[in-house]
Amino acid sequence: MTILAILIPASLTLGLIGLVAFLWTLRARQYEDLEGDAARILFDEQDKPRE
Amino acid sequence: MAAASVATDTASKPGGCFKRRAETPAAPDGDERWAHPAAAGRRAVDLMVPGISCAGCMAKIERSLGAEPGIAAVRVNLSLRRAHVEFDPAESSVAAVTDALGRLGYEAKPFDAAALAEIDRDSRGRDLLARLGVAGFAAMNVMLLSVSVWSGAEAATRDLLHWVSALIAIPAIAYAGRPFFASALSALRARRLNMDVPISLAVLLAAGTSLYEVSQSGTHAYFDAGLGLLFFLLLGRYLDHRTRAAARSAAAELTALSARSATVIGADGTRSTVAADAIAPGALVEVAPGERIPADGVVESGTSDLDRSLVTGESMPEPVGPEAPVHAGMLNLSGLLRIRASATGEDTLLAEIARMIEAAETGKTRYDRWADQAARIYAPGVHLVALAAFVGWVWATGDIRHSIAIASAVLIITCPCALGLAVPAVHAAAGGRLFRAGIFLKDGAALERLAAVDTVVFDKTGTLTDGRPRLADAPEPDDTAWPIAAAMAAASRHPLARALAEAAEARGVVPVTLGEIRETPGAGLEAWAGGIRIRLGSAAWTGAEPLPDTAVHLRIGDGTPLAFTFTEGLREDAPELCSDLRRMGFRVVLLSGDGCKPVARVAGATGIPDHRSGLTPRDKLDALDRLRAEGSRVLMVGDGINDAPALAAAHASMSPVSAAEVSRAAADLVFTGSRLAPVAIAIRTARTARHRAMQNFALAALYNACAIPLALAGMVTPLVAALAMSGSSIIVTLNAVRRWGDTGRGPT
Repeated sequence: MTILAILIPASLTLGLIGLVAFLWTLRARQYEDLEGDAARILFDEQDKPRE
Repeated sequence: MAAASVATDTASKPGGCFKRRAETPAAPDGDERWAHPAAAGRRAVDLMVPGISCAGCMAKIERSLGAEPGIAAVRVNLSLRRAHVEFDPAESSVAAVTDALGRLGYEAKPFDAAALAEIDRDSRGRDLLARLGVAGFAAMNVMLLSVSVWSGAEAATRDLLHWVSALIAIPAIAYAGRPFFASALSALRARRLNMDVPISLAVLLAAGTSLYEVSQSGTHAYFDAGLGLLFFLLLGRYLDHRTRAAARSAAAELTALSARSATVIGADGTRSTVAADAIAPGALVEVAPGERIPADGVVESGTSDLDRSLVTGESMPEPVGPEAPVHAGMLNLSGLLRIRASATGEDTLLAEIARMIEAAETGKTRYDRWADQAARIYAPGVHLVALAAFVGWVWATGDIRHSIAIASAVLIITCPCALGLAVPAVHAAAGGRLFRAGIFLKDGAALERLAAVDTVVFDKTGTLTDGRPRLADAPEPDDTAWPIAAAMAAASRHPLARALAEAAEARGVVPVTLGEIRETPGAGLEAWAGGIRIRLGSAAWTGAEPLPDTAVHLRIGDGTPLAFTFTEGLREDAPELCSDLRRMGFRVVLLSGDGCKPVARVAGATGIPDHRSGLTPRDKLDALDRLRAEGSRVLMVGDGINDAPALAAAHASMSPVSAAEVSRAAADLVFTGSRLAPVAIAIRTARTARHRAMQNFALAALYNACAIPLALAGMVTPLVAALAMSGSSIIVTLNAVRRWGDTGRGPT
């Protein structure tokens, strides 16, 4: 069962990375124009992220 | 701008209307006052651009507007149909930006971003989302660890897995459960029970007993159940918040749109533009034709016709001259007026209406939402069952630790997870449906109240009618007077003249060519042709016999004046809607501030036997009181300032988007479009929503009926708890979003 000592921290770390990434996107206000952002990827120009 | 309005800022929630926006700095002038300072010496402005409909528009605006001189940055928000533009004040201006957008084919209105800041920042929504994220993360990880326990981890391994679960669960519960704990605490302080009390108790007990079990190397830990509970409940909370935020933002946009300015003439004759709510008493205000009067006052000079429909409910324009009293919200139709502002603040008609709205709202009995009604029955029941389980097991086995575990299993399994989701999910689905039909719902409670109405009260002017006069009685189409009348009418912007011109066009009349046509505001038109004087206008202007109906007279030379009479046009589906409502079993009533004759005519056309005319705002309130005393639950549909107190007092209320601002603020629902069908759509949707919510309650009750005996028997293992909880939550959510029956189509 020593494998647990590696697997548990590993899975928790991965989960935490996901959580932190989610909180970061939330703070960076990336959920304010879901419709628009979905379309922006189709634009040809270099599109700068919102300041 | 479709939304007519009166010249006062109102907050979106009815109780808060008439709040003066004191912090608005002295306006520079016109549209420029909406700009605010941005980085690097630039100025920024937020614009509402309703025409943005697709990614193509977004690209077009950002590319073309960004290439204009002086524009530093453009960012379009496609979801909200808004644009944020930063510009260099030395090279550009708000007016230049709106002009540029106009050239691109988009109508743009600057709005006060500060007024919307509360909603835009949406801190509560993001806070809930963050808690939802944390609860989801913790629930998933604990569930993973639990799977190992369920698959048969033993002894030290199980303890290790449990301890890791506890380490994740305890801080996550403390953080994610905060909204529930806070709400439960405030309910308990007020000696009430709400849904959050059993929720908080179940979550805290689950965490507490599990922690104790783990410390004793026990077999059962309910961390996953507690976290799953929080996750689903937060989802319900977030849905609820979204429904309300969407409607609030729509309402606030309407308000922000109509923040108005007025032209004030100083003592030295200089003109300045000030915010309408900053007009001082005694100030001289100039109102051009087509503008709304910004403040109560008396006409100082000029003559014109006023459309008073939004203020008093009277349908036909009235001529006014010097000394005539006028009220904020009336529309100036034909001539330039100078008005001496008299009353401000407490003395205006608007302030009087505001006091009546406030009184009506405090008089209204507090409405208990479905979820709270359910909680009042549910919460004590659950607590009693849990207590009985504890007492029973102690009495039977004498094992206190085991008895506590059983009692908390009962609380966890009965926790109103499904109930917490049942109503918000239905509200969110209903709100989305209404939104697509062009109806903005202020909050879920309004939907619940709407489902209970049995009487529909309509206002006449602007609600059943579309506020535009239509030609009723006129000379035969082949009469030689028609081409002349058509030519005269085409020269004026007066609503009666326009109606006449439209009618002429519909009859295929070819207007003659006349020379100069002069308009005398408040009287009529005059032209000369071959030495013959032609006049079109009021009875006095043409020397005709005054008629009881609204009429325009045409007199050619010394001939007999010809009369063209007018009635109000109904909204196209008003008769259909009224018979529809009666077929659905509603009592339909018409209450109007207009005169007896036009009201009787509209009542006849729509088939409403129950009608009253000449009502003041106070009379309308009294009429609603009487209906309520008879036990009716009233849906008030109205648009005028005079309807606002009745809208606030009614059980539920709706306003068209063209309504006065106070009325839109007082109404529960606001509908768009020129048809009345949204009234029936909203009622049907509300009834379907109630049906769905009751189904969900029944499903939750059924689930509890199955689960409680299991829990009482001590057969609910953490695995069963986790499965039962997610299962019931998913079932009620699916029931809420499954296909809604045909509730009719909205304006497209």
